[in-house]
Amino acid sequence: MTRRLLLLLGAVLAALAIAAALAWPREQFVPAASPDAWAATSANIARGAYLARAGDCMACHTARGGAPYAGGRAMDTPFGTLYTPNITSDRVTGIGKWSADDFWRALHNGKSRDGRLLYPAFPYTSYTKVSRADSDALFAWLRSLPPRQVQNRPHALRFPYDSQLALAGWRLLYFKPGVFEQDAARDAQWNRGAYLVEGLGHCSACHSARNQFGASDEGLGGGLIPTVGWYAPSLTSDSEAGLGKWQEDHIVQLLRTGVAPGASVTGPMAEVVAQSLQHLNEGDVRSMAVYLKSLPGGTAPGREPAQRPSEQVMEQGEQLYRQQCAACHGARGEGLGPYPALAGNRALTLEEPVNAIRVVLNGGFAPATAGNPRPYGMPPFSHVLDDAQVATLVSYLRASWGNAAAPVTSAQVNRYRAVPLD
Amino acid sequence: MAAAALVCSIFGASAQSQPPGGKIPDTLEQRVAACIACHAPKDTAGTRAGGVYFPRIAGKPSGYLVNQLINFREGRRQYPLMTWMVNHLSDPYLHEIADYFASQHPPVPVPPPPREPAAVLARGEQLVRRGDPALKLPACVACHGAPLGGVAPGIPGLLNLPRDYVNAQLGAWRNGVRRAHAPDCMATIAERLSPGDVAAISAWLAGQPTPPDLRPLAHAERPLPLACGSAP
Repeated sequence: MTRRLLLLLGAVLAALAIAAALAWPREQFVPAASPDAWAATSANIARGAYLARAGDCMACHTARGGAPYAGGRAMDTPFGTLYTPNITSDRVTGIGKWSADDFWRALHNGKSRDGRLLYPAFPYTSYTKVSRADSDALFAWLRSLPPRQVQNRPHALRFPYDSQLALAGWRLLYFKPGVFEQDAARDAQWNRGAYLVEGLGHCSACHSARNQFGASDEGLGGGLIPTVGWYAPSLTSDSEAGLGKWQEDHIVQLLRTGVAPGASVTGPMAEVVAQSLQHLNEGDVRSMAVYLKSLPGGTAPGREPAQRPSEQVMEQGEQLYRQQCAACHGARGEGLGPYPALAGNRALTLEEPVNAIRVVLNGGFAPATAGNPRPYGMPPFSHVLDDAQVATLVSYLRASWGNAAAPVTSAQVNRYRAVPLD
Repeated sequence: MAAAALVCSIFGASAQSQPPGGKIPDTLEQRVAACIACHAPKDTAGTRAGGVYFPRIAGKPSGYLVNQLINFREGRRQYPLMTWMVNHLSDPYLHEIADYFASQHPPVPVPPPPREPAAVLARGEQLVRRGDPALKLPACVACHGAPLGGVAPGIPGLLNLPRDYVNAQLGAWRNGVRRAHAPDCMATIAERLSPGDVAAISAWLAGQPTPPDLRPLAHAERPLPLACGSAP
């Protein structure tokens, strides 16, 4: 009897092992077209520099005030803190000893030169779609950077997230290397946009929900960026930041300059515009706009009609609005000149109110870009209004002039006072 | 009370910057309304501009101001809201903003009389005007100018600053979280200051009236007592 049980157990374990082996994310190797693809020619380096902008590599691989690409930026996650590595050409601390194949393996398969599995904070779940030719050009560019001897700081992750075994399990569940597949039914512009958005652009790193293990569904349905405290709105829902009804020119303008009629980027998206998108050529940004515009629209399902704030909140909120906001945003939230309308403002009426709360608390400037070099700023109100006042004001804004989003509480405001700004 | 006064002063400032009729002027002043909200350089209501903590920036030398804006952006000064504000602003725009505030000379309120003991204030005045050779401390006036209005382009004035702000800056230098261009002379000086001496300096400075025509000096008296990267 025991023998039969043991045999059965053995069979089940063997079946599981075979299933795991079959599902195991295999390394996918695509050879370089020729060594010329990553040779240190000015054409390759220039092309790689441009692609590095598209991938926004510098934003993560540079610490505040540190040497570009020398790493050291802390990435806070629910699993602990990751420190980005040095990717300059230094032979000891950087990637100076790497080959073009090593670099491809990191981008495409999420593995380091020594075979270690990389954490998906490095968005190889998106970068896996980058073509070998683009990977080689990027490599040529990174190799051309002056070596910076900056020691990598070890990650500070909690158990079990700090183990390669856990990472192997994660990859088994959530990662498969794969090249970008052209959609033959669409034109070249759409396909170029899809390639940039889904690949180097790694838009889904923020604009999609992550599960409890930090895996994103790779869609663009919106998601709360954990620990950073911003909500990256859905790019597929018309009630959020879906672009189906936007003019293509306005999308291009927003992505390249940081502002467009009635809209302005803030938070992490301001960084993306400042460091990445404003440096791309108009054709590429337009391709991204075309692709984003083609994503299915509609309204996010399951959103219940919002409860309206009490009359008292509406009265007090109106008073605060008149004192603090109307001079710039207009008496009826219609917007004035460079200041966006609040009536019908989708950023304000997202179901998740964190962005609205943080904009009131922190204010801020749109990024300075070639297309908008001297941006207007909004004052912070964190030192002027207390939690209850901010909650009253934001609740009023979310329920006025045709807006119909749920009220917020002072506890919510308090939570977002404490999130790091940096 | 203090909060109420601050709110009023901000209303005063923002109400002034808004002409009637709902047109938004295309001016730098309007673009930097976010800065004015805290640093309130046009506060004519007699309220201390910026309230209890935020420093006066109007009339400070432009070179000093732009160094600070860039230092916030590059992590050499720590005040998260300031880093947030300047994070994605370009050097040319920061220069323009610094020039704007350097050119402003709003009226300065008379400070309330200091409440510290006379001995503390005397120690503060001694350090500011004469320094303390035994501690190898040069006088503040040796670099910041005898009238304490700063020296163009890189040395700030020291009057009309909240006491807590001055305490916080000297503390930040001691702790290495505020840094300036090397050699960082103020870090060296802050290291030699005891907490009691910091308090004495800030108390005495905060009690000094600011002459309405105070401007940064055009040149520092050379050589400076210490080598300073911000005033090469």
